[in-house]
Amino acid sequence: MKLRLFTTRHRALGNLYLLLSLAAVAIGTLLSLVMRIHRVWPDTPLPFYGLLNPEDYLALVTMHGTLMIFFVLTIAPQIAFASLVLPEQIGARSMAFPRLNAIAFWIAAAALLVLLAAFFVPKGAPISGWTSYPPLSAIPAAGPGEAAGMDLWLASIGLFCLSSWLAAVNMLATILGERRAGMTWSRLPMTVWAWLVTSILTLLVFAVLLAAIVLLFSDRHFGSSFFIPAGDLVNGRIVGRGDGSPLLWLHLFWFFGHPEVYIAVLPGMGLVTSLFANFARRRVPGYRLMAAMLVAIGLLGLVVWGHHMFVSGMNPYAGTAFAVTTMAIAVPSTVEVLGWLSMLWDGGLRGGGSRFPTPMLFALGFLSFFIAGGLTGPILAQPALDSYLHNTFFVVAHFHMVMAMAGCFSIFAGIYYWFPLMTGRLMNETLGKLHFWLSIIGAWGTFFPMHFSGLAGEPRHYERLTGPATSFSGIVANERGITSAALFLAAAQLIFLWNIFVGARRGRIAPPNPWQATTLEWAPESAYAPINRGPYEYEIAVNEMNFYPQWESASKQE
Amino acid sequence: MPLEALCIAQSHLWLPPNGSLHGLAVDRLMRWNLIAICVCCLAAHIWLIAAMLRRRRREQTGSTALRWTLLTALCAMYLWMAVTAQHLWAQSRYAGPSLEAMQVEVVGEQFQWYFRYPGPDAAFGSTRPNLVDATAGNPLGLDSRDARGQDDVVSSVLVLPAGRQVDLRLRSIDVIHGFFVPGMRLKENTVPGLVLHVHFTPATPGTYPILCSQVCGLGHERMQAILSVVSPAEFEAWLAAREHVRTGQRDTTGAPVQ
Amino acid sequence: MPATFTRHPVEIERKDTGIGGKPPLDRRPTGGGGDGDNWDNRPHGRRGPRELLTRYRLGVLFALAGDLMFFVALVSAFFVRQSAGHFDARENYVSDWHPLAVPPILWINTAILILSSLTMEMARRQLFREIDVMDEWLGLGRPAVKRAAPWLIATFILGSLFLAGQWIAWEQLVQQGFYFNSPDPSSHFFYLITGVHGVHLLLGVFALAAALGAMFVLRRIELRQIVVDCTAWYWHTMGIFWIFLFGLLTFFQ
Repeated sequence: MKLRLFTTRHRALGNLYLLLSLAAVAIGTLLSLVMRIHRVWPDTPLPFYGLLNPEDYLALVTMHGTLMIFFVLTIAPQIAFASLVLPEQIGARSMAFPRLNAIAFWIAAAALLVLLAAFFVPKGAPISGWTSYPPLSAIPAAGPGEAAGMDLWLASIGLFCLSSWLAAVNMLATILGERRAGMTWSRLPMTVWAWLVTSILTLLVFAVLLAAIVLLFSDRHFGSSFFIPAGDLVNGRIVGRGDGSPLLWLHLFWFFGHPEVYIAVLPGMGLVTSLFANFARRRVPGYRLMAAMLVAIGLLGLVVWGHHMFVSGMNPYAGTAFAVTTMAIAVPSTVEVLGWLSMLWDGGLRGGGSRFPTPMLFALGFLSFFIAGGLTGPILAQPALDSYLHNTFFVVAHFHMVMAMAGCFSIFAGIYYWFPLMTGRLMNETLGKLHFWLSIIGAWGTFFPMHFSGLAGEPRHYERLTGPATSFSGIVANERGITSAALFLAAAQLIFLWNIFVGARRGRIAPPNPWQATTLEWAPESAYAPINRGPYEYEIAVNEMNFYPQWESASKQE
Repeated sequence: MPLEALCIAQSHLWLPPNGSLHGLAVDRLMRWNLIAICVCCLAAHIWLIAAMLRRRRREQTGSTALRWTLLTALCAMYLWMAVTAQHLWAQSRYAGPSLEAMQVEVVGEQFQWYFRYPGPDAAFGSTRPNLVDATAGNPLGLDSRDARGQDDVVSSVLVLPAGRQVDLRLRSIDVIHGFFVPGMRLKENTVPGLVLHVHFTPATPGTYPILCSQVCGLGHERMQAILSVVSPAEFEAWLAAREHVRTGQRDTTGAPVQ
Repeated sequence: MPATFTRHPVEIERKDTGIGGKPPLDRRPTGGGGDGDNWDNRPHGRRGPRELLTRYRLGVLFALAGDLMFFVALVSAFFVRQSAGHFDARENYVSDWHPLAVPPILWINTAILILSSLTMEMARRQLFREIDVMDEWLGLGRPAVKRAAPWLIATFILGSLFLAGQWIAWEQLVQQGFYFNSPDPSSHFFYLITGVHGVHLLLGVFALAAALGAMFVLRRIELRQIVVDCTAWYWHTMGIFWIFLFGLLTFFQ
């Protein structure tokens, strides 16, 4: 696998994007482990660093969230995998704008470097969380890390917005303009539908984030008052010079922030549909419904942002409106889940050889986390209950399960599935299965107990429980259990890393279509005919191993 | 029946004991929601695992009818969740506080909660940020030229009488804080530049932690206070003792003259 | 193949005349195209003469859609800020929004920009004239470039005039005491909005210069058409954005 540095080949760029995400997830996981260890042993100095201050803990939280959400969950399921297989899946030769793809990658790489630089400036990384609410984030004197560190954060995310914008333009132009003859809308693999929806969302919402960042930067350096209210007194100095509104940031940010989490999870949903069809050897029942539900989730995702702001000072009537739209999103998600479950049920996975290769296991893991994490969503969608649970560990548990774990499991599934396309070899199955089982146990063990901490009222962003908060004595044992499980989960990923790097060099050479899939990325090089089959024509009538790949023409007799 | 007896809310749901009037309904709703989603989660996982173990059939069983039934049932569940919660939300937020509600101001500042009682004139004095000087005893920046502020009582402990509705006036001096009283099932952010109101009725005497729920800087986890719910008589005594201290005289910085 | 309009259907079949032999094929030298969305008989990889153009236009469309959202966010911040206020010491609700009278030169700038859109469109159309494309294809020089270049230069000049006019407007405001670095929100917004639009237009001016260069450097007329076409759409969009932003600053203070 040679990599020319400024390549424009989409496969190579896909690999580069995945390496970028890998670097980000490794650092992000390390930060979270330091956080977890600190929560259990707050007064133990860290090796090479010393005692962790409260602001250091908050910096860890901020950078962990930023790295994971932007550089892992926005890049890997979307542009990385799309660069890898989108052109093939629609029968095109390459992306619409290959050089744009390369430029987007290098901007994203620069953004990562700028973000990591925030650790090394005086006063360190920002402490206002990945959501960086002003006035805390708007006033350099409001806290350590809010000066140079915050500026670097803003620069990094601004660059990331540009990168995402270019990537979305590329993906949309590819999906809409580069489909091969016969690749109609109802013959698209579900992954392509998901990328279509996420590209539109990316295009719309990252621009709003960029605008918000420009306004925040202006508040910080040009004396404006978009977000800083009049008379705001920080650290003994009155810094508010005009009638700014911190709520404006919340609206702008969450208008971006909520579709962002759908951008993180929708490609996984599309991939999982594909994988279930592949390994259960069944067509997708209600293909159009499933595709329509992806679109519905994307569209509805644009009108629910206020559910992050139920207790932030919004009008209570607005709270009701957002509660209604948020509860409405549960419906298309439920349709998707029921569709998957019935695919699995009809599939009858036993019989006829092992149908649980590692990609399928991770797809099943995705489903498990999507269900478990998704079901706590309706609880948080109700303002009366959210006014207790907001910013407690219940929310942390919810989004880690439904976005982080489901998203990461979909990334794992994609890597195991498409590894033959990336390297021509297969990853080791035994190690893969071990990785899966250890990960799913570790992930459930880490995030399920957080629900109970949250119900007990434990707030987020506390580096330790002091003062009256020690009334949460019942959950201290919880903390230790969660930390152990987190360490276990992180250790399991070492198996994955070993599998990747050894498999890339010495894995079993993969046969041409190792998973016997129907989608076009597995087509042999010479297949260039127009498409006239659907994406998931797995047959059951004659022989359950029978299937019609999308690159074979449908004969007149059928 | 005394009000306290109504609120023996050991909900056994990992929630801390409830001390507020509306908390009973919130806890009940929380319990039913958790039960509902646990049942759904368990059922879905059983279906998932059973599907993994199932032998392949010749034809597709056509479980469309089952899917639509389940979908309808789940939609009905979501509808029930939304409607019941909306009812509670409307009760607690749509209508303003009752006219007999006691006014208390809550001010969040990096990293301390202050509570202000309006005193016998039931009016809060105006504050100015340039007068804020905690070391001189004027942490909220009370303006000495405003007569209404002469009798205001500033405290770092929130003391409330049981059984009387209280209307909290939430303010912040510097950044967004989160006023969170788990025992009262109450949370609302304090946003600088806005004055937010939230009302509730503390019912069960006791001490309840007040926590900051919105990250506000390096002292975020230490920004805690105590809500002390006492009997009305004790509250009167406590407030009277504080008001007695206020001589009504302030010097030029606005700090009280003892 | 160059992207041209061919209104006449190309005959690719020979009709049997009934007296033996077949008539000559009607091969139009312009490259044809216009066979409609004929999915069944398409050579692989080529969708017709406008394939590349369509692809680039699609890219520009999506890029501008994202850009539109950026401006929408700024404008909504404008409206929120405009309606913000606070209670002063005497419990009066006061707002610190003082409507800013835009410097009159902005009207001239707007007219210049609209004119520049017209010249840009003229330039774009010159490059798609069928006769000129055919002449070039036949090796008779580059008439399309000769026709389009003056219009492009005119647009470049008008665009630069617009930017100069915006700068003058800024200087006028500074002389009146309204700065970017000020707590006065309407003043700050003026600079922010005109500045952001100005940066976009500056990029457009660079694109115009690049298009001018490309017209003489690029060998395929198809690519020249694409460069000018995409620049034109970008330019028109910035013009439309400016009309809305100008209307906002002038009439919605």
